Amino acid sequence: MSDINSNIPEGELTNKWTKFKSSVPLVNPSNKRTLEVIVVGSGLAGASAAATLAEMGYKVKCFCFQDSPRRAHSIAAQGGINAAKNYQNDGDSTYRLFYDTVKGGDYRSREANVYRLAEVSANIIDQCVAQGVPLAREYGGLLDNRSFGGVQVQRTFYAAGQTGQQLLLGAYSALERQIGMGKVEMYTRHEMLEIVKIDGKARGIIARNLITGEIERHFGHAVVLGTGGYGNVFYLSTNAMGSNVTAAWKAHKSGAYFANPCYTQIHPTCIPVSGDHQSKLTLMSESLRNDGRIWVPMKKGDERRPQDIPEEERDYYLERRYPAFGNLVPRDVASRAAKERCDAGYGVGSSKLAVYLDFKANAIRYGKIEASKAGNHHPDEATCLRLGLEVIKAKYGNLFDMYAQITGENPYETPMRIYPAVHYTMGGLWVDYNLMTNVQGLYCTGEANFSDHGANRLGASALMQGLADGYFVLPYTIGAYLSKEISVKAIPTDHPAFAEAEERAVGILNKLIDVKGTKSVDHFHKRLGHIMWEKCGMARNAEGLNEAIRDIRALRADFWANVRVPGTTTELNTELEKAGRVADFIELGELMCIDALDRNESCGGHFREEYQTPEGEALRDDANYQYVAAWEFKEGVNFELHKEALNYENIKVAQRSYK
Amino acid sequence: MNLTLKVWRQKDNKAKGALVDYKIAGISPDMSFLEMFDVLNEDLINKGDEPVVFDHDCREGICGMCSMFINGRPHGPKDLVTTCQLHMRSFKDGDTIVVEPWRAAAFPVVKDLTVDRSAFDRVIAAGGFISVNTGNAQDANNLPIPKLNADAAFEAAACIGCGACVATCKNASAMLFVSAKISQLALLPQGQPERYRRVQSMVAQMDAEGFGNCTNTGACEAECPKGISLENIARMNRDYASAKFVSEETM
Repeated sequence: MSDINSNIPEGELTNKWTKFKSSVPLVNPSNKRTLEVIVVGSGLAGASAAATLAEMGYKVKCFCFQDSPRRAHSIAAQGGINAAKNYQNDGDSTYRLFYDTVKGGDYRSREANVYRLAEVSANIIDQCVAQGVPLAREYGGLLDNRSFGGVQVQRTFYAAGQTGQQLLLGAYSALERQIGMGKVEMYTRHEMLEIVKIDGKARGIIARNLITGEIERHFGHAVVLGTGGYGNVFYLSTNAMGSNVTAAWKAHKSGAYFANPCYTQIHPTCIPVSGDHQSKLTLMSESLRNDGRIWVPMKKGDERRPQDIPEEERDYYLERRYPAFGNLVPRDVASRAAKERCDAGYGVGSSKLAVYLDFKANAIRYGKIEASKAGNHHPDEATCLRLGLEVIKAKYGNLFDMYAQITGENPYETPMRIYPAVHYTMGGLWVDYNLMTNVQGLYCTGEANFSDHGANRLGASALMQGLADGYFVLPYTIGAYLSKEISVKAIPTDHPAFAEAEERAVGILNKLIDVKGTKSVDHFHKRLGHIMWEKCGMARNAEGLNEAIRDIRALRADFWANVRVPGTTTELNTELEKAGRVADFIELGELMCIDALDRNESCGGHFREEYQTPEGEALRDDANYQYVAAWEFKEGVNFELHKEALNYENIKVAQRSYK
Repeated sequence: MNLTLKVWRQKDNKAKGALVDYKIAGISPDMSFLEMFDVLNEDLINKGDEPVVFDHDCREGICGMCSMFINGRPHGPKDLVTTCQLHMRSFKDGDTIVVEPWRAAAFPVVKDLTVDRSAFDRVIAAGGFISVNTGNAQDANNLPIPKLNADAAFEAAACIGCGACVATCKNASAMLFVSAKISQLALLPQGQPERYRRVQSMVAQMDAEGFGNCTNTGACEAECPKGISLENIARMNRDYASAKFVSEETM
C-alpha cells in the first residue's frame, strides 16, 4: 500500500536505534564547523536541537517569533514528562512505555519511532537534572513521580504544575550558553515565511524581521522546523496566541507532505468558555485527574450547588464506564465522555457545557494520612479536609490559583467546572525515521511532525517527544545527511532560488495589505474556528465535513476580498503577522476536513459518528485505514493523498479497552 | 463597564511618544485585561486606525511576554498575577486606566507598549547555565538532592523573565531576575562547579546592560507576579562577595 519510504532500519525492534547510531556516517569536527544548520522554533524541540547541534560543532542559526527563545509555548506545559525509569518499582520498562504509547495512539503510530522514543526517554531525565532543572523530589532526595492518563504505572516526572517551564528553561539555558559562545546565532522576533529549495534540497529560509519588516535570506545546509502544532486553527485553543502553522505550511507548499492533519487532541480538562470575548482557553493539567474525580448530577438540569448534591445523586461517569482506568482514561476517551454527558443534558454551570472535577474525596484521604503522621488517628472530617487541602495545594497550587483568577471562583471550596478544549495536534509534517521530511535536508521535530503519537497523544508525552527529538534523535540522524554535504560550500544568498522565494513571501505580504477590506483578521479567524469546532471537532460526520469544506472555501474567498490589514509591511505590524498566519490556517482547515472525510473510521482523537461501537467507543477499520495519510500540496489549494502502511510486528493490534 | 484608557503610543524607538485617550464601552468583568485591549484594537481597526501594539503570547501567566504598566504598577493592581491574568473585575465602571510600557534604559521601547528585553537573554548567556553537553549525564537518581534544597531551587526557578522587577524599581535594577537564576543553580549540587564564576560573569553582564543597582526597597518582590523572594538578592550578594574576596577564582 505504501508509496513513500519511511527508511526504518532493518532488524529487531529493540536493536534498530542502537544499530543505527553505531553505523550512521560521522562528520569530522573540522567539517562540522563549515556545515550550517537552520533551526526554526525555540521550544523544547527547537532549542534542544539548536543547543545540541552547536555543542557538536555545527554552525547554527536559530529563529523564533517571540522576543526571547524562553517564551516558546512549551513553557506552558503543566503536568509532566514521561520516562521509563521504573524508579517506582512498579514494573515499568521501555517496552511498556512503547506499548502504552502505541495503544494510546489507537494503533496509528509507527512502531520503530515510538520504541526509540521510549528508549531515549530515560536519558532526557538524566540530561535535564544535570542541567539543574528542579524536578520534584521526595524527602529521601530522589525524584518523585505521578500518574497520567492511559497507563497503570507512575512514570511521570514533574515540577509542580510548571514542568514545561522548567524543562524549557533548561533547554533555553543550554541554548543561551551556545549563543554566548558564538556558536548559535539567535534571531528573535523573526518569522519564517518561505523555505528555499535548490536542486530539490532545502537550502535556507526567507524570514521577516518583525521589528523592521525587513525580509532576510538565510542559507543552511539543512533546515530543521521545530515550530509546534496548529491547534489555533480552531481560534480558541490552549495554544499561545502566536502559535501558528505558517512555517510548516510553507514547507508543505514547497513539497513536504502533511500527515494525518485531522488528528487533533481535545483535552478533557480545560476551563469552560465564558463568553464571546474569549481569546484563548486555559488548560487544567491532566495531573489533576490523579486526585480529582469527574462527575455530573444524575438528574438532568439539576440547579443545586455541587456541594448540596449528595453522593448517591452524582454520576461519576468515568469510574462507571471505565472501572479499570477510572478518571485516568486517555484524553480522547475522557473528552468524548464529557461531551456525551453534556449533550445528553447533564452538563453543569450557566452554559451547561461543563462537568465537575472534584478534589474533596482525595483531600480527605490525604488529610487522614497527614493527621495520622501527626499522631491523630481518629480525625474528624473537617480536620481531614483542612489538612488534605494543604496537600492538594502543595501539589497543584499554581493551577488552583490560575482557576480562581480566571473564573473568580474558589476551587478549594467548590469543585472545578471543566470542559474539553483543543490542546494538541498529533498530525504534522510527514517525516521518516530520520525525522526528515520528503524534501531532502528539511527536518521536522516535536509537535510540528506527525510521527509518534498516532491518533491520540498520551499525557506527559509531548515534552518527552520534543526533547527526545531535539537532544537525542535529530543530532544523530541529521549526520547521515550532512555527511554527504561536506563538499557543498555555503551558497550565496543572491542565488536565484533565494530571490524567487523572497518574491513569493513579499508578494503575499503586499497582497494582504492591498486588500484594504473592511473586516479585521480576527473576524475571519473566529469564523474559521467556529466552522472547525462545529464540524471537525470532537465528533465529525461526512455531511458536516462536506459542509465545512464548502464553508471554508467561501471563507477563503471572503478573506482575500475583504480583510483589512492596517499599516505597512516595513514596520512592526502585528495585524500583518496575524493575517499571514490566518491565511495559512484557512488552507490547513480545508485539508483537515478533507483528511477527516477521507478517513472512514474512528480512531483516537478522530471520531466519525458513523463509525462507533454500540457503547459509543471509536471503531477502527484496520483492514482499510491502517496507514498514515500523507498529503501533497497541489497548485491552487488542492491535495493528493499518499499512504504509508503501518505494520505492527511487535504489538498485537486490538480494540482499545480501558474498561 | 465603560472605561477611559490613557495608553502610551509611540511609533518606534526614535519617535517621541505620548499618552492617548480612548473611551471603551461594553466591557465584561469576566474579560482579561488583554481581552479588553483586543476589543479596543478591534474598534481601532474598524475605524481605520492602527491598533495598539503590545507583547503577549500564552495568556496563561507563564510565558512572561505580557508587560503592561497599569496605573503605576507593573501588571496592574492585583498581586501575584501577570497582565494576562488580570481580569476586568478588578476595575470599576467609569474608571480611568493609565497603561504604559516598562520603563528602563536597558529595556528600550520598540513600539507603543512593546519593549526590548533582550538584555535578559544576554545576562543568561553570560553564565545562567550549567555547562553540561547533551549526552554527558549520569543517572538522575545517582545524585540525591534534599527536598528542601530542590524546592528552594524550584521557587527561584519559577521566574518568568517578564521584567516587572526592573519596571517597578526606581533604579531599574535587574537584581531580582539575575539573583533568581543564580540562586536556583547555587542551591543545587550540579551548580557548584561554576558557582563563583557564574555570579561574577552574570553580574558583570547585568552592569554592562545598564541596569541600576539595588537599594533594598523591595518593590521588585512586591510586584513580582511569581513571588520571587528578596532572599535571592542576598544570596547573590553573598556569593558575589565570596567570589571577589574569598574564592581563588576571581574574574
